Amino acid sequence: MTRDNMTITKEQCFEQLLLGKAVKSEGWLEHIRVEALERARALNFPSARHDDWRFTDLSALYLHDFHPVVAFARLNQDDIGEFVIPGAIRLVFVDGCFAAELSDLAQAGTGVTVASLVERLGDRKVEENFGRHAPYKQDAFAALNTNFFEDGAWIHIDGEATAPIHILHVATRREAASAIYPRCMVVMEPSSRATVVEDYVGLPLSKSPSLRSPPPQAGERANESLREFTLNDGIYFSNAVTEVVLKEHARLQHVRVQREGKNAFHIGHCSVEAARNSVYAATSVALGARVSRHTLHVVQQGEGAEMHLDGLALIAGRQIADTHTLINHAAPGGRSVQLHKCIAGGSAHAVFSGKVIVQEGAVGTDSAQSSRNLLLSGKARIDTQPQLEIFNDDVKCKHGATVGQINADALFFLRSRGFSEERARNLLTHAFAAEIIARIPVPILVETLSSTILERMGGGLNA
Amino acid sequence: MINKGSRKLLEVKNLKAEVAGIEILKGVDLTICAGEVHAIMGINGSGKSTFSKVLAGHPDYTVTGGTAVFEGKDLFALEPEERARAGLFLAFQYPVEIPGVSNSALLRLAYNTMQNERGLEELDPLEFEDLVQEKIKVVEMDPSFLGRSVNEGFSGGEKKRNEILQMAVLEPKLAILDETDSGLDIDALRIVAKGVNSLLSPDNAVVMVTHYQRLLNYIVPDYVHVMDGGRIVRTGGKELALELEARGYDWLRAAA
Repeated sequence: MTRDNMTITKEQCFEQLLLGKAVKSEGWLEHIRVEALERARALNFPSARHDDWRFTDLSALYLHDFHPVVAFARLNQDDIGEFVIPGAIRLVFVDGCFAAELSDLAQAGTGVTVASLVERLGDRKVEENFGRHAPYKQDAFAALNTNFFEDGAWIHIDGEATAPIHILHVATRREAASAIYPRCMVVMEPSSRATVVEDYVGLPLSKSPSLRSPPPQAGERANESLREFTLNDGIYFSNAVTEVVLKEHARLQHVRVQREGKNAFHIGHCSVEAARNSVYAATSVALGARVSRHTLHVVQQGEGAEMHLDGLALIAGRQIADTHTLINHAAPGGRSVQLHKCIAGGSAHAVFSGKVIVQEGAVGTDSAQSSRNLLLSGKARIDTQPQLEIFNDDVKCKHGATVGQINADALFFLRSRGFSEERARNLLTHAFAAEIIARIPVPILVETLSSTILERMGGGLNA
Repeated sequence: MINKGSRKLLEVKNLKAEVAGIEILKGVDLTICAGEVHAIMGINGSGKSTFSKVLAGHPDYTVTGGTAVFEGKDLFALEPEERARAGLFLAFQYPVEIPGVSNSALLRLAYNTMQNERGLEELDPLEFEDLVQEKIKVVEMDPSFLGRSVNEGFSGGEKKRNEILQMAVLEPKLAILDETDSGLDIDALRIVAKGVNSLLSPDNAVVMVTHYQRLLNYIVPDYVHVMDGGRIVRTGGKELALELEARGYDWLRAAA
């Protein structure tokens, strides 16, 4: 019997997740875990009418019974070679389990702590911050993660991290559908600086150890110019939670790359708290997964904090990618700038919901949000929903959204310069995506992602 | 007139075309030979810009009658990119901005497409860099423009110079300059004209579509055609342009 043929209900799917694998911890964390499990049980999956979830079609997720990963795969450096960022501080997790032998902490200098979270549970800083920001009491997915996470990344910066910190979450292809729970906690002390790259990848089939790979099925390639992502065709559910704390004057460049396998489900939540005069700059890129959801909540807790949120979702085939962001200006003089782009081909469905709240006391807030979207096929769909909630008069807020197709004038211009129509479309699509990709402060990642996007479009642009 | 009786590049006969169901071109005849410089003049709405777009294959325009033979090929059977590869070039009246595509990448990709078409070797980025540094002198453009996105944040004059740079790199057989002079100050006009003149050879030809005589002081045409009501109503030498400048278009319209 293969699980693919089994049909289960949404309730059964949730029950199966709750069965999970009990991860025992000591003291304070065990209290949080127990509470989180209770909350998960009480919350259950969000209903289809839930305000935050009504655009996210999770029905494909509910069809599977996900099993906890008990025996972790052992990988070697070659297996993850293509994802390595040379010179970076690297922490690797395989199916949620910390892989010390693949990690590289050589570049971590004074004041830079990058470690397994579980190994640092005795650290007061961990206890003071963990679980204080992620909404595990309100959100079932955050609750499941908080109860079931095997290990996570602990990043504490007191000074300057000169090398980028690369948190690589690798999912291997397994026999049964698996549930994995990546976790990350970043604490930036006053005036500290760092670049953190969270990278969620489905390990390519050829690299997944000792597992059979079925031949590709006929008709699997999308007939659109944009191809489906095919890193790893295993079915798994990656349910990730990240918490970020920026103290006064801290600066964090936070990159998030989601390149999960084509049959993966990815639901990620990131909560950020920004203190006085801190700068939080996020660039998130969603390319993979059958269904993905990224929720980013940023609270401007202190005066004069700055937030830059850039995002790109580029999907095709039957992919669904949903990005929900919330920027909460809770203190005066804050500034937020957001540019989110969705590109959808095939019969893919992209969602962007971006809410900006300016609280009563947050006078002098300056906020600009822009949602720009590109439809590559008649069957693709993009929903964009910018929302502004302003509770004082002394603010400068603007937002705008566009959904369009490839610019006809630009297309004709390129054809008049000898480009075939397909090539011209690809060039323009790539250019549209490149604006976001280029903002990633890690050049080699910019290059890799750029060529990944070109490959997905069928190549032909590197002449 | 130079190179009389030389090779025909383009022969248009009784061309009719419409946009959104409205007939704009009502029977245009024009023959262009290698080595010639033509000017097509006319008031707004006379059909001169439509004519250039129809030749380049703009998808908004439908050819409803007539023929055009370019380099021995049925022009209207070719896609816009095939026309370009065959050596037809349109300098746009309103050059398009393409954020995210650098000028140098555009030029290199387009150049290599042409090289492929001509069965010649492609150039790698380093080799192309040498070529483009030469070409950029033609339009006196700062090399920093190569690294910028195509036309993004360019002034009107810079955009027009950029079109001529593309022409210089692609070396078309027939270049159609659609109101390249509009919006140019006198210095930019001089640079553009100098650039075009330096690209002229006995093997290629240029058609300038323009409202004003001004450009023709710098790029001297062999033939001046006046369009009105979707037809060429008068053809003459360069002195016709001066006469138009002096007398306006009305006398011709009345005559037509």
